[in-house]
This record gives sequence, structure tokens and C-alpha cells, in this order.
Amino acid sequence: MAHIVGGIATSHVPAIGRAIAGHLQQDPYWKPFFDGFPPAQAWLDKVRPDVAVVFYNDHGLNFFLDKMPTFAVGAAPQYVNADEGWGIPTLPPFAGELDLSWHLINALVAREFDVTTCQEMLVDHAVTLPLKLLWPEDGPCPMRIVPVCINTVQYPLPSATRCYKLGQAVGEAIAAWKSDARVLVIGSGGLSHQLDGQRAGFINKDFDLAFMESLINDPKWVTQYSNEELVEKAGTQGVELLMWLAARAALPGAVRKVHANYHIPISNTAAGLMVMESGA
Amino acid sequence: MNNGRTGLEIPGTSIFDGDLARKGYALNRMCFSFNSGDNRAEFQRDEGAYCRKYGLNEAQTAAIRTRDVLGLLAAGGNVYYLAKFAGILGLDVQDLGAAQTGMTKDAFKAMLVAAGR
Repeated sequence: MAHIVGGIATSHVPAIGRAIAGHLQQDPYWKPFFDGFPPAQAWLDKVRPDVAVVFYNDHGLNFFLDKMPTFAVGAAPQYVNADEGWGIPTLPPFAGELDLSWHLINALVAREFDVTTCQEMLVDHAVTLPLKLLWPEDGPCPMRIVPVCINTVQYPLPSATRCYKLGQAVGEAIAAWKSDARVLVIGSGGLSHQLDGQRAGFINKDFDLAFMESLINDPKWVTQYSNEELVEKAGTQGVELLMWLAARAALPGAVRKVHANYHIPISNTAAGLMVMESGA
Repeated sequence: MNNGRTGLEIPGTSIFDGDLARKGYALNRMCFSFNSGDNRAEFQRDEGAYCRKYGLNEAQTAAIRTRDVLGLLAAGGNVYYLAKFAGILGLDVQDLGAAQTGMTKDAFKAMLVAAGR
């Protein structure tokens, strides 16, 4: 059976792609963010995953409002990155893991998660940047991936409780997958930020830190909130923390914090990073 | 109308629900098209013609013409798509933040930094 090596949750912002393309990792503005990643890379060298399941939210690259799935699972042989409108250099395609894709799709639908399946799927910065930050070497990413997209664009969004259950179902399906693969779970989104409205620039450090801590000690803590309450506490795009929650829920049992970083701001966003391992 | 919402009002914040998704469809569809560099160039050659091609209403067209970010939101724009329009103008999310809050860009950036203390 496949083995879940652990989970990594991180924020994503298009400007990170621009910073990578411009080699700004040690620029004073970016350094506190990029310096969070070497410990995560060292942990990956130790646990050696070969497949990554990536919970993320699409920002209008693959999905538009004409068809907006609540949950979508990639089932593509490869995932192509493309221009999101700003002309930032794209990253090479990412290899898919079709056996796990279809295993997840079958298991999730059997558990009453009626997911949309995608045999073609463009992936935006929410998928590509965490992978690039964790495997910064030139050339194609060494992971085979399965992207799992959760709608955070158009309400109603799935509740935190529902996203937690989705994560649990994904984790249990990975554990039941007849494979000797070592699987990493990634959650890409958040933390607090708000791009739109008169409240643009809203950031809530206390809430973010409480949320990060809760994933270790009380992982269902955030499920007490409705998505509108999460917007109130974390900002309109802060609700992307649902990706962290799903990734945490996919990890079996208690977890311990291997590494964490938190920095305000990158772009308009409070940037978090957390590496978690099962077995407290 | 039952819009599936709990009714929580958050100052300075709108929730992109079905009502806004209906209202803003043409505007968001146009902004979605800006993923393509060719489409961005076509828009820049004749903004008015491009807005007509996508069927924007008067309020949406005016908000595009005047770069009125709050107006674009009120007209049903979703920020994930509007960000692609901002990119054409060479604006980043701090420019958008400044425009929506009435702050200077420097003051807006200082507010972000202060949130980390």
C-alpha cells in the first residue's frame, strides 16, 4: 500500500513567480519568505516522496464561471502551466500520476464526493509555485502529481467541514492505494489576505497563527466557522485556508510540526508555511 | 432571493455569490479572455470595441474606461478575473489596494507591513 510521508501547506501569490524569474530570493523584501523553504527541502530529502497530491484553488486559468466545479480532480498524463494574464514565464509541464488520479476519483465518488474529473487541466500559480519552492532546481519537477481543485471563486463554497471530510477521504484513499509510492500531500492557499473592496489589505496575524497551531493540536477547530465568518476573520481570499485544512485532514492520526514559517507581507498576503508529519 | 448566504455583513467586503456572478458574467468573461496575450493586444488596440464584443453593459464599460476598481466590483467583477485586467494596465495588487482604499500606494504598503508587527 502507498505511504503518506506527510503534508506541506503553503501560501501562493503570483508575485512569487515573478520573484523566482527575477532571482530575487535574497532580496530584502523576499528573503524572509524564501528562507522558510530550505528546512522543508531538507525534510523532503529525508522522506523522499515521489507523488504529490495538491489541494489548490484555481484563479481563472483552467476554470471559468461557465462551468465551476466545487471539487475537481486532475486525471491528466501531464499538467501544463500557462499565462494567467501577466506574461510571467511559465514553468515546464508537471507529470501526472494517472493510477492515483483514478483511484482517488473512484474512492471519492464511492464516498459521495461527486467530483468533476479533468483529463486536461491547466495549472496556475497555486499548483506550480509550491512545487517550484519545494523543488527549486532547474528543469521539470521530480514529482508526479494529482491536483485537487476546491472552488474559492464563486459562492457557495464548500464548507470547512466538507473540505475536512474531503481531505480525510483523500488520505484514506491514498493509504488504500495498491502501490509502493511515497505520497506527499500539499495544501496551497491563504493565509489571511483580501484583494478586493474597501477592506483590501486586511490581514489577521492572530487568526492565522491560531489556525496554524490548530492544525497540529485541534485540526477541526476552524470547522466551527462558516465561510462568511472565515472571510470576516481572514479576508476574502484568506478563505483559501481551506486547502491547508484539506491537506491536514488527509494525514492519518495525530501530527507533529516539523517546520513552520510565517511572514507578513508578500504582495498583499500573510505567507505561511508548515511541514507536518504523522505520528505526534 | 435565496442566494445561499448566511446574511453576515462584512464592512468593505462583498461576497461573490450567485447574484454577482449573474450580474458580472460578461465583464468576467472578458477579463478571463485576457489570459491570452493576443486578446490583451486586441483590447489595447480598441478598448471600446473589445468591450462591445463581450457584451459589457454601460456600467461595466464605464468602469473599464475609467479604471474604477470599486465600480468594476459593483458591476459584478470578480477580483480573480479583474486581476488580469489590472495586469494589462501594469498595476499590481498594491496599486489595486491603494485605489480601493483611497490610500497612496506607499501608505497601503506600510499598512501591510504594520499588520505583521
